[in-house]
Amino acid sequence: MSKKYDAGVKEYRDTYWTPEYVPLDTDLLACFKCTGQEGVPREEVAAAVAAESSTGTWSTVWSELLTDLEFYKGRCYRIEDVPGDPEAFYAFIAYPLDLFEEGSITNVLTSLVGNVFGFKALRHLRLEDIRFPIAFIKTCGGPPNGIVVERDRLNKYGRPLLGCTIKPKLGLSGKNYGRVVYECLRGGLDLTKDDENINSQPFQRWRERFEFVAEAVKLAQRETGEVKGHYLNCTANTPEELYERAEFAKELDMPIIMHDYITGGFTANTGLANWCRKNGMLLHIHRAMHAVIDRHPKHGIHFRVLAKCLRLSGGDQLHTGTVVGKLEGDRQTTLGYIDNLRESFVPEDRSRGNFFDQDWGSMPGVFAVASGGIHVWHMPALLAIFGDDSCLQFGGGTHGHPWGSAAGAAANRVALEACVKARNAGREIEKESRDILMEAAKHSPELAIALETWKEIKFEFDTVDKLDVQG
Amino acid sequence: MPFQSTVGDYQTVATLETFGFLPPMTQEEIYDQIAYIIAQGWSPVIEHVHPSGCMQTYWSYWKLPFFGEKDLNLIVSELEACHRAYPEHHVRIIGYDAYTQSQGTAFVVFQGR
Repeated sequence: MSKKYDAGVKEYRDTYWTPEYVPLDTDLLACFKCTGQEGVPREEVAAAVAAESSTGTWSTVWSELLTDLEFYKGRCYRIEDVPGDPEAFYAFIAYPLDLFEEGSITNVLTSLVGNVFGFKALRHLRLEDIRFPIAFIKTCGGPPNGIVVERDRLNKYGRPLLGCTIKPKLGLSGKNYGRVVYECLRGGLDLTKDDENINSQPFQRWRERFEFVAEAVKLAQRETGEVKGHYLNCTANTPEELYERAEFAKELDMPIIMHDYITGGFTANTGLANWCRKNGMLLHIHRAMHAVIDRHPKHGIHFRVLAKCLRLSGGDQLHTGTVVGKLEGDRQTTLGYIDNLRESFVPEDRSRGNFFDQDWGSMPGVFAVASGGIHVWHMPALLAIFGDDSCLQFGGGTHGHPWGSAAGAAANRVALEACVKARNAGREIEKESRDILMEAAKHSPELAIALETWKEIKFEFDTVDKLDVQG
Repeated sequence: MPFQSTVGDYQTVATLETFGFLPPMTQEEIYDQIAYIIAQGWSPVIEHVHPSGCMQTYWSYWKLPFFGEKDLNLIVSELEACHRAYPEHHVRIIGYDAYTQSQGTAFVVFQGR
C-alpha cells in the first residue's frame, strides 16, 4: 500500500503506540521503566521510546517512504503501572528481528540504550529486561565453554568452586604476587583471581605476573593433587594487546583468563570469547562499572540485562554480587538473574524481577560468581542462595586469616565442604548454620580461628535498588 | 604473647577434590550422601584408580554405571566389593546426571595407599 509524503511533525503515538499488536516469537522484547516529564501522556512517552530506539526521528522524513517502515519499526504494545510508584510506568516494546545484526550485542545495545536515554521528554529511563528471541540467541557464540565443560576441565563436582582475589590489589611485584597465589592454592582454593585493577602497571608488568603465577599454579597442583587455576586478567588498552596476553596465558598452559566486559566493551569481549572457544581457554568475567549503570532504580540498565548480554557475548563465569556481603544486591533479584545465567529456560516471574519468559535453547550456562566482603560465617547462606553452579570468592576472608592465606583458604574449604555435606544429608543449612560450622571447626583449627576472627562482621545496609512492589 | 605461639604452620596436604578437607566419613554419613545421589535422580557410578593415577581424567569403572539403581544397600555392597578387589586403589562414587552429561557429585569413599 503506497503512502503520500506529508511533511511535518507527527505525534509519536500515532505510529509507535500499537496496543493491539501481538508480539511475534521472533521479536526482541524490551521492558523500560519510564518516568516522563510532567504533562506528557504515558502513551506519547512510551511511543517516543519505541521510536527513538528503532526507526523514528523527531520529524517525518521523505526517505522513510523508500522502505516499508511497518516492517522495521519498534512498537510499544503494553503499558503497566509500576507498583508503589505513581509517576513511573513500564513500557513494553517489540522490535522486529531484522533491526539487529546477527550475534551483535553491541548493535542491540546501541539501538536500545542509545540516544533515547538522553531524550528530553523523559526525566528517567531504565531498561529493566530484554526477551531475546531464540532466533537471535542462535546467532550468538555465548559462553566459550560453559558450566559443564568447565567442571570437566577443572575436575570439580558436587560443590561450588572456591576462589579468592589476590590482595593487596595493587602494588605487589610479580614474584610476591605469585607467592600469594601459591599460598591460597596450596591451602585448598580451586582458583585465584587478578584484581580487576591489575592490568600491567609499572610495579608489575603483565608478563612477569603471568610467569610467576603459572609457576605457583603448577606447583600447587603438583603438591595437592587437585586441579588449580588463576584468572589471568588480559584486559588491556587495545585489542592487539588483549590477544597477546591471552596467547601468552595459553603458552604457559594456564586453564583460565579474565576480562572486564563493561570497561573493555562488548566488542572486545565477544572477540575474546571467540578466541577462548577456539583455544580451549576458560573465561572469567568481571563487571567493573556496572553499578554506575545499574544501581539507580529509575535510570540506566538493570543488571539482569547486562547479565543476559554477557551470556550471549560470552563468558564462563560472571560476577553477580553476594546478597550477603559488602556490595549491593537483593536476594530475589539476584536469584532472578542467576537463573538467566545458568538455566535453559527461565519463566516470567515478577517476584524475581523477570519480565519475560526467556528461552536460552542450547546456549551453555555461566557460573555465578559471588565475591566481595564475604567470610566463613556467610558460607551456609551463600551455598543456599547460589547452589553448586557458582564460584564463591573470599578475598579478605582468606588473606585476613591470622595464620595467613593458606590457612584462610583451608578454613573456607572446610566450611564449604561441611555445608555441602550437611545439605546433602538433608539438614537445613541456613537455620543450622552455626552448629554446622562449629562441628566442622572441631576438626580444623584453621576454621576455628577464622570463625573467631570474623564473628562480629556484618554488612547491614538497606538495598538501594529493590524490586518494585507495593510497599 | 610471643608471635610464634599464635601463628600456626599450615602444611600442604594432598587431597582428592570434593570432601577432601573433611575427616573420613562414617558409614552412616556415606549412606546419607548416596541417598542424596539417588534422591536427585542421578545414577550411581563407582570408579577406582591406583593413587599414582589420581589426576587422570578417566579412572577405571567398577563394572558399569549403575543406571537407574535406587537400592542404597546394593550400591554400598558394590563399593565394598570394589574396595576388596582393589584394596590399594582410591575408590570414588559419582552421581551421574545424564541430563546435563555431568557429575552431580563425586567423592572418594576409600583412599588407596
